[in-house]
Amino acid sequence: MRANCWNGVRDLRVENVPDPKIINPRDAIIRVTSTAICGSDLHLYDGFIPTMLAGDILGHEFMGEVIEVGPGVTNLKAGDRVVNPFPIACGNCFFCQGEEFSLCENSNPNAWIAEKLWGHSPAGLFGYSHMLGGYAGGQAEYVRIPFADVGPIKVPEHLDDDKVLFLSDVFPTGYMAAENCNIRPGDTVAVWGCGPVGLFAIASAFILGAERVIAIDRVPERLRLAREHCKAETLDYEQVNVLEALREMTGGRGPDSCIDAVGLEAHGHGFFATYDKVKTATFMGTDRPTALREAILACRNGGTLSVPGVYGGFLDKVPFGAIVNKALTVKTGQTHVQRYMRPLLELIEQGRIDPSFIISHHLPLEDAPRGFQIFRDKQEDCTKIVLKPGMQRQTGTGQGQPKEPPVLH
Amino acid sequence: MSTDASEFEGQGRRGTSSAADVLEGGTDDARAPEGILERYSSRYTSRGGTMDLPRTLGYVSVGLGLAGVLAPRAMSRLIGMPGNDGLLRFIGVRELASGAGLLTQRKATPWLWSRVAGDAMDLAVLGTGLRPSNPYRGRAAGAMLTVAAITALDVVASMRDSSQSSEVFRVVRKRQDKLIEHTVSVNRSPQDCYAFWRDVSNLSRFSPMLEKVTAIDEKRSHWVLRGPGGKKIEWDSEITADEPGERIAWRSISGDVKHAGSVRFQPAPGGRGTFVSAMMHFQPPGGHMATAVSKMLGKDPNHQVREDLRRFKSLLETGEVPSTRGQPSGRRGFIGRMTRDGRESREGALS
Repeated sequence: MRANCWNGVRDLRVENVPDPKIINPRDAIIRVTSTAICGSDLHLYDGFIPTMLAGDILGHEFMGEVIEVGPGVTNLKAGDRVVNPFPIACGNCFFCQGEEFSLCENSNPNAWIAEKLWGHSPAGLFGYSHMLGGYAGGQAEYVRIPFADVGPIKVPEHLDDDKVLFLSDVFPTGYMAAENCNIRPGDTVAVWGCGPVGLFAIASAFILGAERVIAIDRVPERLRLAREHCKAETLDYEQVNVLEALREMTGGRGPDSCIDAVGLEAHGHGFFATYDKVKTATFMGTDRPTALREAILACRNGGTLSVPGVYGGFLDKVPFGAIVNKALTVKTGQTHVQRYMRPLLELIEQGRIDPSFIISHHLPLEDAPRGFQIFRDKQEDCTKIVLKPGMQRQTGTGQGQPKEPPVLH
Repeated sequence: MSTDASEFEGQGRRGTSSAADVLEGGTDDARAPEGILERYSSRYTSRGGTMDLPRTLGYVSVGLGLAGVLAPRAMSRLIGMPGNDGLLRFIGVRELASGAGLLTQRKATPWLWSRVAGDAMDLAVLGTGLRPSNPYRGRAAGAMLTVAAITALDVVASMRDSSQSSEVFRVVRKRQDKLIEHTVSVNRSPQDCYAFWRDVSNLSRFSPMLEKVTAIDEKRSHWVLRGPGGKKIEWDSEITADEPGERIAWRSISGDVKHAGSVRFQPAPGGRGTFVSAMMHFQPPGGHMATAVSKMLGKDPNHQVREDLRRFKSLLETGEVPSTRGQPSGRRGFIGRMTRDGRESREGALS
């Protein structure tokens, strides 16, 4: 089959690899119909996540048709159309039974590596380094799904791939970020980053009852989506001082909750942003927590800091004193996707949200390397790329058609 | 003596770390290893009293040191050797160093002996004060008697601490070399965990080092280890303790390897499954076989036992062991082929 393989920093190649097969009784194999490039895949692309090996198949947002199941899978059969969650979870351990699926104790065969870095290991993930399981990912024609009786959910035929694909990661991730804010009526929520997770966090915050959402980014197309389709007020951090602006907009008190949907490769500007760039470029630091610092300082006293953005290692110059003295609550974690898929599918079926509004490009799987490059560099107004195995490569621009704006009710 | 010493000593006395107990199987309850809960809670809560002898001597050192450094003239007059201010200051600094060592360092032994050495030096210095030309030799003699008494105390404390320390090191060394112990929590009942482990044919399912374990009768079993280059290493083993739902212990009785182990199943607090604690003891014979076995155990037998327990947990909870062996990948590089994950994937051809 064809698969998008990591071969080094900013070196991806779509290669011929063997087809996956059933390894364990609770496995299933699916034929991928749609798979997306996630913002967190860019951290792999840029070499920020350790324990990647040349030849690793990327991709953790995917859906498709079941073609084979192991003897331990009774709830799925060949022909079922399913969306798959990005964390792999057994459903039996202490954490799975508490619906904290991304903390599954039984899905990471390389747990000992993660334990060295973090003390304990979270769940294994698809296509996201050997430290997190080393599982082959879904940017391929076929993919093996372990614990397939727990993860994938069947989706109705009348909802096309674009509407349900993001149940695999970014929609639940944005939703959990907003849910972690424990929003009460009248609340103002600030969201750093208007990529897919940030946009879904904005939309979810409104669904959960926020009065106002203020979104922060610098890319015009992303700010436009936040403003026009998600009804957020927007701040361009290259035009205004975000801390001052947030203070003014909230009567001096600060937002009730702050969501960092940026993660470890924040851009930002000013002294600390430069400091972070120098440190990470010279291997003296692992992360660039510019957005996180700003979110901590902006948050009101007693407020909540919610971090769906990915951080990997050891963060520098994080104002923990502000967290203590302002009595902030910090909520974070990889998303417990399995917990949210069915309720969010219901929201889609009811027409309350159409997640396809974030898609800017449909590309053939063969164009994955180019997709990563334009997504990373925010070219061609790129907000989200869906890869389609088997789609014909276009000569010329190769650019997909932007979708019509979604309707958010 | 220092507090860490008492922890290990206590542990040793209860027999929880003794290789002999594992080998014997500890059928009598008094020698049976305690559960992981009692052991760690007692290890971390039973700190000894603070005013033991080394500590007292530490305070004495600091007091003398301060006096020597801050009031050398008065001190030199007191001991009947006026005019030796510089010497007294030096002695004061030395005492402060000994005192600081005794009061702040976990291991008291070297600092106690430093006090004994200092005492010898002081006695020698005071000895010069006994010469007939010294008008204050009476005071010097009094000071000598005092120092002699303190010296006796120092020697007693040093010798006692040294013997305890070597006991501590003996136990610690044994723990590192031969005994491996790990605990995992399993979301099943102690009875289920016990039953799965008790069926010896299951052992190779979570310990891939083992090719096969077959029961000979109720107590005895035959073990086959997968050796390097396909070579097999075999031995017979017998169960030496079998307490349903609680504990199993075994040891080798004949064959290539001397091995013993025990596993304990304790209900986890709050009804959250079972704490499974395995204790393993390996004693490979000398020569060729020793090399083969240690190769198999890898550089870190600790790692093997921990991973075996992790696989045991996964099998009990999910019915399978998570794996990526045989999954597809693109072309692996040099580094990838050196890792297990890299070798176990099926590589693609150049496209």
